[in-house]
Amino acid sequence: MMSNTADAPASDERIKQTSALRKALIRPELGGICGTVIVFVLFAIFAGDSGMFNSQGVLNWSVVSAQFMIIAVGACLLMIAGEFDLSVGSMIGFAGMMIAIFSITLEWPVWQAIIVTFVLCTAIGALNGIIVVRTGLPSFIVTLAFLFILRGFTIYLPQLIERKTIIGGIDKAAEGDWLAVLFGGKILGGLFTWLGDAGIIAVFERGNRAGQPVVDGIPMLIIWALVLVAFGHILLTRTQFGNWIFASGGDAESARNSGVPVNRVKVLMFMFTAFCACVFATCQVMEFGSAGADRGLLKEFEAIIAVVIGGALLTGGYGSVIGAALGALIFGVVQQGLFFANVESSLFRVFLGVILLFAVVLNTYIRRMITGER
Amino acid sequence: MSLTKKLALAVAVFAAPVLTAATASAEGERYVLVSHAPDSDSWWNTIKNGIALAGEQMNVEVEYRNPPTGDLADMARIIEQAAASSPNGIITTLADYDVLSGPIKAAVESGVDVIIMNSGTPDQAREVGALMYVGQPEYDAGFAAGLRAKGDGIGSFLCVNHYISSPASTERCQGFADGLGVDLGNQMIDSGQDPAEIKNRVLAYLNSNPDTDAVLTLGPTSADPTLLALDENGMAGDIYFGTFDLGTNIVEGIKAGTINWGIDQQPFLQAYLPVVVMTNYHRYGVLPGNNINSGPGFVTADGLEMVEKFAGEYR
Repeated sequence: MMSNTADAPASDERIKQTSALRKALIRPELGGICGTVIVFVLFAIFAGDSGMFNSQGVLNWSVVSAQFMIIAVGACLLMIAGEFDLSVGSMIGFAGMMIAIFSITLEWPVWQAIIVTFVLCTAIGALNGIIVVRTGLPSFIVTLAFLFILRGFTIYLPQLIERKTIIGGIDKAAEGDWLAVLFGGKILGGLFTWLGDAGIIAVFERGNRAGQPVVDGIPMLIIWALVLVAFGHILLTRTQFGNWIFASGGDAESARNSGVPVNRVKVLMFMFTAFCACVFATCQVMEFGSAGADRGLLKEFEAIIAVVIGGALLTGGYGSVIGAALGALIFGVVQQGLFFANVESSLFRVFLGVILLFAVVLNTYIRRMITGER
Repeated sequence: MSLTKKLALAVAVFAAPVLTAATASAEGERYVLVSHAPDSDSWWNTIKNGIALAGEQMNVEVEYRNPPTGDLADMARIIEQAAASSPNGIITTLADYDVLSGPIKAAVESGVDVIIMNSGTPDQAREVGALMYVGQPEYDAGFAAGLRAKGDGIGSFLCVNHYISSPASTERCQGFADGLGVDLGNQMIDSGQDPAEIKNRVLAYLNSNPDTDAVLTLGPTSADPTLLALDENGMAGDIYFGTFDLGTNIVEGIKAGTINWGIDQQPFLQAYLPVVVMTNYHRYGVLPGNNINSGPGFVTADGLEMVEKFAGEYR
């Protein structure tokens, strides 16, 4: 009896033994990591000398991947909390248009237009969430409604006010604005000038920028993506709130019984998703200087695809922000890389379908490993 | 582990098309044509035929790229991407100056020659540093059509706009209204791209505005369903009907007398000429001194034979 108790901590029968391999395999990021390696190796082989890995090429797929990352972080946390948001794409168009209307038509200072737009968008996100938790309707339906409501306003308002569907001139209005720089600016310009001067990266051959590097800094869009990924990852894995997110998506009822404020968690995640869409839109508007009624079309699905490739389960309660970020990276690299590899662009969708199917199959396999179902 | 097998399978699936595509690339100059058209827009098939023929005749490689949903911000990325791949030249539409001028200027300055086709204006083409502009100035074309319709005794119209998010589309309707000398007002409808929706919106508009003198459509996407709508409400052949661009059904309509005229901006030339001009420029240093206006050309029931034969293919 005595010796038995002494041995207990060494081999507690209540703790299941798991091999290191199995532990590695059930990490949600696994698919994303494998996919990233495969994609980079493939494109290094087939598109290595096509300009994909020169400074311009790297910036190109990095920016596209960063765009996906920004919306994927929001979609990922929301999906882990057990809900979807199909209004992300429309929200991007709507937010951009609001900034344009506030700053150009109403002639507000750009920082004020941005702040009011952020407040408006997160409020709409909250409304999405409140309708979902109050009515108990699937978020699929509620946010589908907002997909159309927001897109409708995005087309209607500029036509009503300006008689056109693209409002431009925001870049000029934003010159010298302290907040606009956070979205449209670039950093590390000095480093790139040095790299250009040293002949490491390409420089302009002609025009009034001749001699300057073709890539003159890292766009704030990429910084936003990295900050949001870091924030989401820490929130999810290092805080009590992160556990609440997992619990809300895993089994909302038992989470409620153990004191998790499930409704509040879900509404906050809807707000965060809207916030991410708004970051995307603001960066886009500041970069291109205009807002268009058709911006962000189908981006909601691209966000969800990135999250699913990144290993999150569609049923909620399982996933990782790092995985979603890798999913976004794969998505961006494949989308842009196929061009460099000289593949007909319509085939991109075939690849996307294949990746998606592969990711879902892998996810199902992993879920069976976790739950033990056969 | 079956997981490794799955990964190996995925590699094979990815590698197969990439391999075949990589080996298919030809010798000679390489050009990229970037358009703003979503995948669903059938008009751009003529463009693809144009660059295919020009590529074959000049023995150069021409690739066609477009943003699948028609999102112009995505198009800007495609231009940046095309520039990064260091082609000999980029042929692109300038659907929105604010969005696209930055990437196009950067491409020009990094040493890639650019020709603007289809959308944009000659002035904008010069400002971004393009070699030339090949296309049909949209407002002017609409204005010319409006003048013509005014001469035929038209005072009111319905403009069926199936691509409301493109400024060029609205310019056509606005130009037409100005040519007629009337206010555009609510005579332009946002029809969407779905044929059934277009048809029913036209029916609804004509039902509630029975005094409308004329219908103007902006391309086959809106013209074909509008033809059906007019057949259905009995206005076919009775109401004055003008359209931009040509397609099989439009040519049939002109032949049948349902459509009074089509404005042909000759997409074939818009695609074909830039490839030929650029190739000759790169090989022999020769370049036409002016921009090339591919349209507007009015196509009426007279002399339809060639048009009919090649509608939707080269016209």
